[in-house]
Amino acid sequence: MNKFDDRFADIGEFVPQPDDDLLVCRCEEITKGQIRHAIHDGMFTITELRRFTRCGMGLCQGQTCTKLIKGILARELGVSPDDIETATARGPMRPIEMETLSHEKNGGSCNE
Amino acid sequence: MNKTSDVIIIGGGIIGCATAYYLAKAGQRNVTVLEGSPFIGNGGSSRNGGGVRQSGRDPRELPIAMWGIQTLWPTLSEELDYDCEYHQGGNLRLGKTEEHQKILQGLTDRAVACGLDVTMITGDEAREICPYLSDEVTCASWCPTDGHANPMTTTLAFYRRARQLGVHFYTNQKVTKIQKNHGRARKVFTEDGNVYEADEILLAAGLQSRDIMASVGLDVPMVSQKCEVIVTEAEPPMFWQMLGTAGADFYGHQTNHGSFVFGGYSGFEDYDKDDGTPINTSQALSVSSRAILQYFPALANAKVVRNWAGWIDMCKDGVPVLSKVDEVPGLTLACAFTGHGFGIGPAVGKLLSELILDEPLSVSLDALRYDRFHSLT
Repeated sequence: MNKFDDRFADIGEFVPQPDDDLLVCRCEEITKGQIRHAIHDGMFTITELRRFTRCGMGLCQGQTCTKLIKGILARELGVSPDDIETATARGPMRPIEMETLSHEKNGGSCNE
Repeated sequence: MNKTSDVIIIGGGIIGCATAYYLAKAGQRNVTVLEGSPFIGNGGSSRNGGGVRQSGRDPRELPIAMWGIQTLWPTLSEELDYDCEYHQGGNLRLGKTEEHQKILQGLTDRAVACGLDVTMITGDEAREICPYLSDEVTCASWCPTDGHANPMTTTLAFYRRARQLGVHFYTNQKVTKIQKNHGRARKVFTEDGNVYEADEILLAAGLQSRDIMASVGLDVPMVSQKCEVIVTEAEPPMFWQMLGTAGADFYGHQTNHGSFVFGGYSGFEDYDKDDGTPINTSQALSVSSRAILQYFPALANAKVVRNWAGWIDMCKDGVPVLSKVDEVPGLTLACAFTGHGFGIGPAVGKLLSELILDEPLSVSLDALRYDRFHSLT
């Protein structure tokens, strides 16, 4: 059990920052301030931040912003980014049309 | 650490978080929630289709679903001060064949007998409600008071409010056993050697509940079943209904955000290779897409951005166990939700708080006792 498994672990007060309205997740338009508020609401992991705010859950699936979110979380918790869990990557690697997926038996071709 | 509490809740899913919230709201704030995984709401609570449904439910749990939809869901986002994305857009259960019609008629008759507003409608009537349905749909059951919500924000919103009210949450606290003291459930042991004590213990740990309750000689007949879901990119708003099918080939809805969340079935769900991580099978994306496009050809070009999997705690008789235990005073069980626990989650949380505080129950839980299982001969 590490320090932040206690969800009352003291991470200090939320202190507003001048760039809190900066868009961190561009797909879902989630700001740095929204992410920091969620952390102070007890979302101490990348997984919970994603589920609570949708940051990193848009079209690019966090390929752009996950590193930034990790950095923000690490700073708020006062730990190294290396101590933060890696976000779960989920298939498919790139967005794929349902039509293409539905024809997997002939290699994704829509022509029978 | 809060080692001694009035109430320990094993399991930080929607049941644990909601019960903790309603206990705290009722004034019982010395509550400790122990979550086995590193994340709050990491089991079925985050891995379900988001249905807030009454239709299609077993008559034994239907009164709980109806009560929750009448009393809790309409104001839940306001109460928790976070958007649970609840939409009461109705539920369409779709059919394509005569056999489907019979299944839907049976479900409808049973629901009507319980006082629920469900009607059988034709394919054309279904297309009036949801114009995107294909011509293959020939019949449907329609329940206008059903809906859907976001399981992840709802679970975490309960967590957030309960935490604000002083409930202690600990993650990575995998419970190994419960121990009695003078005949009463009292101590909870974790894998890393911590021991917690409380007057009342609620076991709401999904499938893991089975191993934990074995430590006090109890068992509930439940097994795991894989659940796989695909999520699309955001599409323009199309419809707010919750969807299911008589053929049980897919279910799902469009979210606030615009993405579609669809669950599908490959037929291999009961024979999953469980290595401890819920990983999608290679066929899930394709079988789901194929099933959905038969009903919604307009989604052919919708792009799937991810898929995910989870495990359902399938109960022998299809409804949960929500019950105190005669042989183990101080212990309450809440498990075996069989894949439809999310929609009744808030109501179950409220009812469990009443059960634990020895208050009169808003809805009877008599049909969901732990000792209802009997062998055939």
